[in-house]
Amino acid sequence: MSGNENTENVESTEHTGVEGAGGRSVRNGETVLVVDGLTVIGRPSDVEIISGVSITVKRGEILGLVGESGSGKTTLGLSLLAHCKRATEIVGGQVLVGDQDLAGLSERGVRQLRGRAVAYIPQSPASALNPALRLGVQLREALHDDSLSNGEVVERVREVLREVALPDDDAFLRRYPHQLSGGQQQRVAIAMAFVGRPDVIVLDEPTTGLDVTTQAHVLETIRSMTRDYGTAGVYISHDMAVVADLADDIAVMYRGEVVERGRAAEVLSAPQHSYTRQLLMAVPLLKTSGHEEAEPEEEPLLRVSGLTAGYGRTQVLEGIDVSVSRGECVALLGESGSGKTTLSRSVAGLHHQFTGEILFDGVPLAASSYRRTAEQRRRVQYVFQNPYEALNPRKRVRDQILGPYRHLVGRPADPDGVVAEALERAALSASYADRFPEQLSGGERQRVCIARAVATGPDLLVCDEITSALDVSVQAEIVKLLRGLQDQGMALLFVTHNIALVSNIAERVAVLNRGEIVEYGPVGQVMSSPQHEYTRALIADTPDFELSFPGAPERLGMDSGDRVVEG
Amino acid sequence: MSGPSTSTTSTTPTAPARRRPGLFRTAWRFGRTKVGVVLTGLIVLIAVAGPFVAPYTPTEFVAKPFETGVDGALFGGDNRGRDVLTRFLWGGWTLLLLAGSAAGLGVAAGTVVGIIAGYRRGWVDDVLMRANDVLLAFPQLIAALLVMSIIGPKVWLIVAVIAVSHMPRVARVIREATRKVIEQDYVKAAEAIGLPRWRIMTVEILPNVTSPLLVELGLRLTYSIGVVAVLGFLGMGLQPPTADWGLMINENRQGMSIQPWAVALPVSAIAVLTVGANLITDGLSRAAIGIDRGVEK
Repeated sequence: MSGNENTENVESTEHTGVEGAGGRSVRNGETVLVVDGLTVIGRPSDVEIISGVSITVKRGEILGLVGESGSGKTTLGLSLLAHCKRATEIVGGQVLVGDQDLAGLSERGVRQLRGRAVAYIPQSPASALNPALRLGVQLREALHDDSLSNGEVVERVREVLREVALPDDDAFLRRYPHQLSGGQQQRVAIAMAFVGRPDVIVLDEPTTGLDVTTQAHVLETIRSMTRDYGTAGVYISHDMAVVADLADDIAVMYRGEVVERGRAAEVLSAPQHSYTRQLLMAVPLLKTSGHEEAEPEEEPLLRVSGLTAGYGRTQVLEGIDVSVSRGECVALLGESGSGKTTLSRSVAGLHHQFTGEILFDGVPLAASSYRRTAEQRRRVQYVFQNPYEALNPRKRVRDQILGPYRHLVGRPADPDGVVAEALERAALSASYADRFPEQLSGGERQRVCIARAVATGPDLLVCDEITSALDVSVQAEIVKLLRGLQDQGMALLFVTHNIALVSNIAERVAVLNRGEIVEYGPVGQVMSSPQHEYTRALIADTPDFELSFPGAPERLGMDSGDRVVEG
Repeated sequence: MSGPSTSTTSTTPTAPARRRPGLFRTAWRFGRTKVGVVLTGLIVLIAVAGPFVAPYTPTEFVAKPFETGVDGALFGGDNRGRDVLTRFLWGGWTLLLLAGSAAGLGVAAGTVVGIIAGYRRGWVDDVLMRANDVLLAFPQLIAALLVMSIIGPKVWLIVAVIAVSHMPRVARVIREATRKVIEQDYVKAAEAIGLPRWRIMTVEILPNVTSPLLVELGLRLTYSIGVVAVLGFLGMGLQPPTADWGLMINENRQGMSIQPWAVALPVSAIAVLTVGANLITDGLSRAAIGIDRGVEK
């Protein structure tokens, strides 16, 4: 594991260290959390959500709990606090924090320990903080210790705020959560968790909604806080790259069981279980060399020139020039708020407020999709970010695919054939046609979205963050699928915030920052010698690790030499 | 321990997950819905089958006014000596028909207005919703009485006035539901391929607002029953000698102390019907809360 040296990014270097941990003596290395044979079942079906899980964590160390959605990692995380989601129940095993068994305690006894023995940092800080309460009130509430005087409580709150590198003045304590940025909110959540000096802290994907730069800061804070406090951390994530960067131990969960457990370096270098290998290979690695140079075409399929777009009086994009050639994949890389979605929507005719020119096959495209010709609409197709919102829940897959086809191409002679072919191009079998979206998993839904887009035979596919709502392993499969489509001659405009993904899929990349393209060129050139400071920061902040186990180079559809055509 | 799936090339279909139960089946799980269906069904049965089993014709004199204990007339005679049971059995279907069609028309008109206002936004939204506000300013019953006294009590007018008074209320609810639906990407996907606006409204939006729509239908039906009955009672609904529950209450209220059946029967029928319809609506709306959670993750 190659730890990124992010210390220069942390605003505050004044971690108070051992004094911060107060009177308690910090004995890092002592085992503080022991979970033994824990089993949680769902009611009323009695299905085991997690079955016989055993883990241990030492003081000052972080255990990375990895697995895809539905593997039971959040259920396990919550049961460490002896909390069960609705209709679930702990039926066996022990959760020992120090020497107390949380699973056997009464609700009242557990409540006494929460926040002090065990604390929790949830996934979304925006929904974890009460929007109606000032930060000071929430932080004091988290420290429910009756033995402290009012002055001591306030002093402790200020101390913990300094430790997470937030201001500790009264003005800040009087703020409401909505007055903070996402990264600041997550720091407040971390402060709330650490304020009671817990023995164990459970972190449930706390950086999923954050930009890579913010994520790097937050991870650094978490790492140093657990060390300084001698707290045992359990970091739940589906992102192997983050875990590889942060954790001392790694436990891999699959279908409610821990299939592999060990020191991080060992698991990463010599994974024993095939599922671990699959997870590791699914992570797109930041590729900084070995890119093929693509010959630029004379007349690109899509040429965006001088595009300036906004909402009302707010300018979001300024002077954008991008072009996509036939059969080429161009990535738009940027963090949230950089205007990348606005740009892709302008190309698709969904965002109308722009000036500048969009030429498609030499012909200018109208701003609104309704003023474009049916042929233009057919040739440019759009795949949305969230597959859970992009399919009409009341229509069968068959009708989802045939709808656009009928409208843009005409009444098909053989509707079943059209559906089957589209599904096949998206690597789904024809039997999916009769299903409703709710009967599909996230990855299957996104495949149906792609099938719907490719059914009309487009030349350009605009993909707006199409993998960000999906698990890493599913992401790898979708990317492989896109590769296949590209080899069949389709051009891709791939919008993403994931620089590692870009380095693996795109031929050219445009880096967007605050509505402007700060860097634009072949991927190999941008990755190996980034010219702009922003690109360099992005590359440095992206968590990354080396794969060294045998067979590793054959990464799932990620290697440019291993392009598998879907048939 | 089962090994991880290795299906990376072509996803083989596993057994398809069963669909979640729809609105009706979810609602049926609640006890209140079952009770509501039984109560409503009972009254509807009386109203529909009543005319066929009634012992006399509704205008036949079988007893003295307000006479009880007559042979062959179980519940005695009404204010003119007609058989109370016969008039009760005959008087329901008019009420149900009027209330049903008024609620149906009102909800249909409100849905159209609501979806258009919610989807088109801008000035269309403003014009439609401000016009709605004007209509909302008229109290339902007062407006009905006003129109009836100017034009005269006509059956189509009763239906029209009640439907118009329902429309703005339904439109508000459906507009809100529509605005939630159009935030979803599948509507944008339809716009991106240039599907005509009216088709987006009928194919993409309408099927996804059916849950609030059904709840509204139940609610408006309950209100319609009340208004039609009250109009009958006030003499502005159906005219004598038609047998009608609302009218029966009005005609027989003077003799209530000596002949309570002539008032009690129609009153309890209306009460049971309203309670039943309300219970069904309640069950539907509880089920809808669970269904319209929007994006499930």
